[in-house]
Amino acid sequence: MKALTDAHVGEVVKVRKNTAQDSLKERLLALGLTNGADIEILRKGPKNNLTVYNIRGAMIALRGEEARLIEIY
Amino acid sequence: MGLTAQSVKIDAMKDVFDIVKTDSQHVIALAGNPNTGKSTVFNYLTGLKQHTGNWPGKTVVSARGEYSYNDEEYIVVDLPGSYSLFTSSKDEEVSRDFICYGDYEAIVVVADATCLERNLNLVFQISEITNKVILCINLIDEAKKKNIAIDKEGLERELNVPVVLTAARSGIGMDELKNLIEKITFNSEKRKPAIITYDDYIKSEINDILPHLEDLNISNIRWTALRLIDSNTDIFSINKEGHLTVSQAKKIKEELNINTDTIKLREMIAEHNYNYANELKQKYVTEDTKKIKRDKKIDDIITSKVLGLPIMLLLLGLVFWITIQGANIPSQMLARLLFGIQDKLSSLFVQWEVPMILHNILLDGIYRTLAWVVSVMLPPMAIFFPLFTFLEDLGYLPRIAFNLDHMFKKACAHGKQCLTMCMGFGCNAAGVIGCRIIDSPRERVIAILTNNFVPCNGRFPTIIVISSAFFAVYSNAYVNSLIPALFITLMVLFGIIVTLLVSYILSKTLLKGVPSTFTLELPPYRVPKIGRLLYTSIIDRTIFVLSRAVIIAAPAGAITWIFANIYVGDLSILSHVANFLDPIAKTIGLDGIILMAFIMGIPANEIVLPVLLMAYLSTGTLTDFESVDHLRTILINNGWTPLTALNVMLFSLLHWPCSTALWTIKKETGSIKWTLLSFFIPTAIAFAVCFITASLYRLIL
Ligand SMILES: Nc1nc2c(ncn2[C@@H]2O[C@H](COP(=O)(O)OP(=O)(O)OP(=O)(O)O)[C@@H](O)[C@H]2O)c(=O)[nH]1
Ligand SMILES: [Mg+2]
Repeated sequence: MKALTDAHVGEVVKVRKNTAQDSLKERLLALGLTNGADIEILRKGPKNNLTVYNIRGAMIALRGEEARLIEIY
Repeated sequence: MGLTAQSVKIDAMKDVFDIVKTDSQHVIALAGNPNTGKSTVFNYLTGLKQHTGNWPGKTVVSARGEYSYNDEEYIVVDLPGSYSLFTSSKDEEVSRDFICYGDYEAIVVVADATCLERNLNLVFQISEITNKVILCINLIDEAKKKNIAIDKEGLERELNVPVVLTAARSGIGMDELKNLIEKITFNSEKRKPAIITYDDYIKSEINDILPHLEDLNISNIRWTALRLIDSNTDIFSINKEGHLTVSQAKKIKEELNINTDTIKLREMIAEHNYNYANELKQKYVTEDTKKIKRDKKIDDIITSKVLGLPIMLLLLGLVFWITIQGANIPSQMLARLLFGIQDKLSSLFVQWEVPMILHNILLDGIYRTLAWVVSVMLPPMAIFFPLFTFLEDLGYLPRIAFNLDHMFKKACAHGKQCLTMCMGFGCNAAGVIGCRIIDSPRERVIAILTNNFVPCNGRFPTIIVISSAFFAVYSNAYVNSLIPALFITLMVLFGIIVTLLVSYILSKTLLKGVPSTFTLELPPYRVPKIGRLLYTSIIDRTIFVLSRAVIIAAPAGAITWIFANIYVGDLSILSHVANFLDPIAKTIGLDGIILMAFIMGIPANEIVLPVLLMAYLSTGTLTDFESVDHLRTILINNGWTPLTALNVMLFSLLHWPCSTALWTIKKETGSIKWTLLSFFIPTAIAFAVCFITASLYRLIL
């Protein structure tokens, strides 16, 4: 099973399943992290934790803790 | 940055839900994703100066303004930005409640033309609630720059809502917007927005519920049915005519045995929305991907792993260096002007035979201090604030949050705390309110308690002035500002370190817990409009802070002068007070007068420097201000050493919050305990740090 954190900078991946819970899930859905969404990995931040993604045309930074909950194809 | 004439007024902090209006006024709501230009549209329509800035979460409290068009009066409500009606931070709740249950006659959804797909999600959600929607696609100038073209007619047809393309900052499309608002308000354009068609499963779920809602006198039964299956019943807690109540909702859920997996359904619904948004984007938006890469290139440097932090420090240092270097000559010119006026006034007073005592109080007491304050404080502020606003409008602040995130994470604090600190740079009270963007209560309190460690508008001038007076080297015109700039940068850095440490300690003791989840949007870089920027930062900020200093400093100056010149026994009252405070003050490397000035500064930090100067000037020989060098002489004559200067800066950085900030903390946390702690933690740290530096200084020298 691949998670969003496994993807490399420059790749475009497709969301398979969003396994976050409760309010985090709500927030990720609101940002457009729905099943089937295309996500481009733009850049990794200090300590490789915070990573910037292109989600639905916006630059969104997620920590590893959150990105790990997104399964990709 | 939140400190303006408006935001400090107490009622500006209240959210408007029940709009007070006359019968002839029409309420218009401004909603939309964060950072799409809602406040800019608001400002354009109403002529007010709601603060804007290039980062999501600038507005956290709704604001109200008015305008008239074709003899009709409109009330506009500027809402905090929200990504969706279902997310749960405090500022977003304000928007949700108003959008779902507010009494507006039209709602303008402001969308970002460069990110339409994401913005459409909220448009769909709002279209499900009301027919009175106008879609305002803003930032069309930015879209043009990136070669993004939007087929307005196509979208209008498909969504069946009126669409207007605008560039609010330059007023493009705003007349058309006003016109549409009028049409929607007076129903001369009747439309039924296209709504998402869901799949059979959701449809059948809704269809089961609809009949049960029909006799309940509910204004929007489809929306209500949807929320019954995808939300918990809290969403109905508003208790308003025409809407389902929580108890009704519970009853229906029980009767119909609705126990859908709400989050699952929400996910399905979000997927529908976004698929449709993507479809619309493919159909009606054309973009040139090459141009979009520009931001990426800048970010490669600004947020680079290696260079990000050094660049940040360098920028900060540069801003301070420009401030100090640039303030020098204007300061001298201002002083010459103001003290010239004093001489004229003085001879006039003599001519008019004004009593000597009045002459002394008015001129030597009040006027002289004010002249000093204006000369030393105005130029640095007039340079610093525009520079900072420039970085803010550019979109740099969220990048700082990005670069520092791993440290905040280590401190078990919220990643957005960094943004609230940037707000605190303007005004700590605004910073405290800004903490509403943090949705976890634990981390919100941490951010509130530590906000004071970033120096606000009121304290910055003191720190800048003292360091440029004391630590400049006068041998070389360019190097001389380097050391003060370095000192101030270190001060800010130290404030950040203290913030992190205190956050960490709080997380391990009173506010135990792990960092909660966090998503951060990095907005595209936008080139600021210099004219507007100068206007807001000089008129709104500089003049405002200065006038606050002057207004409070004038009476404080008069009182200080009187106390300095009324003798009880051998000593003036001022000396008595100073002598009383002296022993404590001395142990932390200050003197009684400095401590007194800080205490008198509780209502507003701006007046610490004025009171200090007044106290020194009214006792010692009276001198005119000629250059910053002069200030140094006065301070040295009053026994200042480099340690005193350092500790005044440190104390100013760390000490108790002003009364406005404390009052705001009480309001935001609703707790006496946190309010008291927010007073005692900084105070204790200020005393401790100054005690340590004083002891070290004595040890070494
Ligand atoms: N180029 C350009 N910039 C704009 C326009 N409208 C707004 N801006 C800039 O975009 C940034 C965000 O504007 P705001 O009005 O603060 O946005 P907001 O929607 O109120 O943001 P929140 O309060 O955070 O939800 C500011 O820096 C504005 O100067 C526009 O039409 N063109
Ligand atoms: Mg705003």
